[in-house]
Amino acid sequence: MDTHRHLDDELSSLRDRVLLLGGEAEQALERAMYSLSERDSEVARQVLEHDDEVDHLEVEIDRQCIDIIALRQPAARDLRFVISVAKMAPVLKRIADHACNIARTAIDLNNEPELKPVLDLSSMAEHALRMLRAALDAFTSNDAITAREVIKSDTEINDLYNHTFHRLIELMVTEPATATRDARLLFVAKHLERIGDYVTDICELTVYMAEAAFIKHTN
Amino acid sequence: MPVEIAAPKIEVRASTPPPETSGKAKVAVRDLDFFYGRVQALHNISVEIPERIVMAFIGPSGCGKSTFLRTLNRMNDVIPATRVGGQVLIDDHDIYAPGTDVVELRRRVGMVFQKSNPFPKSIFDNVAYGLRINRVTSSNSELAGRVEQALKDAALWNEVKDRLKTSALSLSGGQQQRLCIARALAIRPEVLLMDEPASALDPIATSKIEELIFDLKKQYTIVIVTHNMQQAARVSDTTAFFLLGKLIEVNSTEKMFTAPNEKLTEDYITGRFG
Repeated sequence: MDTHRHLDDELSSLRDRVLLLGGEAEQALERAMYSLSERDSEVARQVLEHDDEVDHLEVEIDRQCIDIIALRQPAARDLRFVISVAKMAPVLKRIADHACNIARTAIDLNNEPELKPVLDLSSMAEHALRMLRAALDAFTSNDAITAREVIKSDTEINDLYNHTFHRLIELMVTEPATATRDARLLFVAKHLERIGDYVTDICELTVYMAEAAFIKHTN
Repeated sequence: MPVEIAAPKIEVRASTPPPETSGKAKVAVRDLDFFYGRVQALHNISVEIPERIVMAFIGPSGCGKSTFLRTLNRMNDVIPATRVGGQVLIDDHDIYAPGTDVVELRRRVGMVFQKSNPFPKSIFDNVAYGLRINRVTSSNSELAGRVEQALKDAALWNEVKDRLKTSALSLSGGQQQRLCIARALAIRPEVLLMDEPASALDPIATSKIEELIFDLKKQYTIVIVTHNMQQAARVSDTTAFFLLGKLIEVNSTEKMFTAPNEKLTEDYITGRFG
């Protein structure tokens, strides 16, 4: 097998692993939100139990990136790909961590009386999941245009967070008896807002990978 | 909590500022063609090499990078049936103009070859050789001073100062190559051409040559041909990529190895061909 073919195989394997990690993060978020909306603590516990595998996958990706850099010395687009993946893996892991935090909150809230549904939380979660799927698709297809569109759409999740924040504060004031539970929902909203930021980071890395353009911290 | 709305982002291309130089082109090549008999080895090459930088030439075997290097001090003149078109200007003077003193040109543009080629003489005499034949020095003490300085510039002095009269052939491969660099430096060239100077050396000797190149660029303009792309990345400020006798791209080394402009360059440095 010639050298570049070997490198291509390793890069392909790395791409598969990072997409697997992305899929794990996506599934964790989906299931955490399901456990919250459907008051299903068993699903929340499954999310938490599965987190070790996500950690393991992140470490595997780290090792593979280091091996490729040390042994293959990639350059140009290959180098940008490996660097982007090395920086993307911890971001995906963070998204999974936020999903775990939502799952923990769901377990706590499911032990207490049900609250009125806060519609914007579902909208935020749906939007965050759409952003994450689009970001992973953009990464897979080296598509900087889609990545930029996803970055722009983060404003919607921020707007939803702002609305949810004010709505929950109102509820705390008008119904003090549920204030503790409302505060927990506020944390859920914050987790979702942070996930939007992390998806933005992923898209910035995709733009760098595709075009060698640094767009991080340029606003 | 205030709403966090992402502001429009301004894109910045990954790029490197050019190395700090006087800005003046030490070497300017314009529309250079080169022929071995009827075979055209170089096609319409134009490039400027600023003062006191290291420029690396990379490309697959037979791409013309060594041939091009040798046009910069007319080393190809010694090969029969070769022909040159275009101009090579050093400090604005065309080195192919009629009446050019080629010996003087090669004093100004020194060369170090792939295989170290010390003369079967003492270490001292090797370095003093160019000074003696060019009658550069007027006294033995001046000669000794120039030899010492050249050996210091080539980072070899501390290793040989106590055995200057021993044969140069007793030195290791890496030391012999640094001796050849000292020999080239002794006559104080302005440009130093290096044709794969470390390709036959072990990693430690290679590292010493690379450190030396880094130090020498403070005083000299250096052009290096290398097959080792990591070496080009380590030692050079700018890199030129040749393919089939054509200059495909010249760029800052950082840009070249992270985001080259040309697809051909990218394919080469990522190992997709060549």
